[in-house]
Amino acid sequence: MKAAHQPIQRPRAAKLLVVGADGLLQLAPRAELARFLNRGDLVVANDAATLPASLSGIHLRSGAPIEVRLAGRRTLAVDDLREFSAIVFGAGDHRTRTEDRAPPPPLRAGDTLALGPLRARVLRTLDHPRLIALAFEGTPQAIWAGVAQHGKPVQYAHVTAPLALWDVWTRVAALPVAFEPPSAGFVLDWKMLHAFIERGIGFATLTHAAGLSSTGDAALDAQLPFDEPYHLPATTVDAIAHTRRRGGRVIALGTTVTRALEHAASLSRGMRAGAGLADQRLGMASSLHVVDAIISGTHEPGTSHYELLRAFANDDVLARADAVLLANGYRTHEFGDSVLIERRGCASCGDRRASASAGAASAVASR
Amino acid sequence: MTDSRLAPRGHRPYLRLIDNDHSDEDHMTSPFTALRVAVTGGTSGLGLALLRALHADGAQVAFVARDAGRVQRIAHDLPGTHGIVGDIAAKHDTHRIALQINAALGGVDVLVNNASSLGPVPLALLADTDCEDLEAALAANLVGPFRLTKALLGSLTASARARPATSALVVNVGSDAAVTPYAGWGAYGASKAALLQLSRIWNEELAEHRVRVVAFDPGDMDTPLHAQAVPDADPATLKQPADAARELLALIETERTRAAI
Repeated sequence: MKAAHQPIQRPRAAKLLVVGADGLLQLAPRAELARFLNRGDLVVANDAATLPASLSGIHLRSGAPIEVRLAGRRTLAVDDLREFSAIVFGAGDHRTRTEDRAPPPPLRAGDTLALGPLRARVLRTLDHPRLIALAFEGTPQAIWAGVAQHGKPVQYAHVTAPLALWDVWTRVAALPVAFEPPSAGFVLDWKMLHAFIERGIGFATLTHAAGLSSTGDAALDAQLPFDEPYHLPATTVDAIAHTRRRGGRVIALGTTVTRALEHAASLSRGMRAGAGLADQRLGMASSLHVVDAIISGTHEPGTSHYELLRAFANDDVLARADAVLLANGYRTHEFGDSVLIERRGCASCGDRRASASAGAASAVASR
Repeated sequence: MTDSRLAPRGHRPYLRLIDNDHSDEDHMTSPFTALRVAVTGGTSGLGLALLRALHADGAQVAFVARDAGRVQRIAHDLPGTHGIVGDIAAKHDTHRIALQINAALGGVDVLVNNASSLGPVPLALLADTDCEDLEAALAANLVGPFRLTKALLGSLTASARARPATSALVVNVGSDAAVTPYAGWGAYGASKAALLQLSRIWNEELAEHRVRVVAFDPGDMDTPLHAQAVPDADPATLKQPADAARELLALIETERTRAAI
């Protein structure tokens, strides 16, 4: 698939591919997304704002330039932000493909990193030369101010223009805890949320610290996604219970929402409001307990995001979907086109096709 | 889970705030206890008086101003408040400010866009006003509040969803110069008039998300801004900022609990 090069969250020509629970594929303009949702459905979005998690600076012991990409944190607590896990690169910036980035100078526990106005200490290396635990110096307030002032959004070579925070914050962005944008949420604007209200489609949020999608290193990428803390509001738990009672679909806006909801639903005490740490991997063998459908960007086989889609649809359905995406010029990556995939065997999905297919969408293949 | 040594004095740990989605209001000793309020322009005049009143009533407050020294001094004088250095009129500061407000408070229930620019000082007739001065007044009084509100709308709507009994609220500090055409107040009056209409339209559009947007006219106060505009005014004839701040608190309480349209 082609990469989307422009940092435009809602291009007019954005496309949608709908993959039904029965394997039926339908093409539509993404602006018509609400038409594929039904009264009584609930859309759950990740309202994390994206941190400017890329911090350039100097490794003081060697004097070498480095780029630190914050990658993980234990909790979402705003006053618990000294310690992060981070990926470290050597000289260069996002314009070099991650795979081609220079390694950092050898990093040892106790090394100091000067990152603009911030100072950080390497606490330990984490079984890879690029992966460290670090601790910032100073008060939480000073650390937030330093990150806000000096940090830049994590960025990859397929988008060349430097990203600003407004490029990577969704319309509903709130708590700044994501390391990369929860980009499935780029489809949202207030006009669409108005359409949801008019059509009786519910909307709820959770906050999930979306992590890095790529490190440029095969061994590290194989570990993705890292553990990600999330917070589930009580009103969202209530809305999910209400939706399920009434036979509506719970529709996750993105892989991070899916991961958080399925993690919360898998706990023996059942889904409850509050903090959690999503540490599971979702893939072909996973059975989904709460999410009936996912709205996501298009992903390429081999990535952890694609693996998660295999929990929704069989490989032959995904292969047919991939062929349709390719043949129709769908674009990939965070500013690209979207898919809506119903979970195979989803009980509340069956009788809902009629309202959608009556419109302009074109069915391109059937089972 | 959180190390209390990391929390600044008076800071209520975020997890306690967000885990009490339903129960917050039940334990309140005042309507402002634990209310998360962001105020722009908090280092003088009405903004400072408002900070003091909110602080006294137990609100969680973040404030934004340009002068780092003054921000630091006031944050020190009012322990538990969060001072953020930034320029509301500067496009590139908006998201940095919003990020720090969200981080400091764990979200936002009320935003008060109070920071204002007078335009040309001393006041000038419109025909003598440089277009740069008009643009500066519009940047601080209209575009800045627009941008910051937009950047915080995710937090404000999240607040409204989590608290079904109350609305999230944006207060835009206005002026009777927005309505009455006072000679010499062209840049200020025109920018505040635009802010007033922006508030009214946004209030209509956001009603379905239970976010209210209202304008508040504090009247002529004994503040540095008024002294710049009317240097020879008799302070005895002017309202004290602390009195206007009390009125603003009453407005916040009324608007938050007002039934949704």
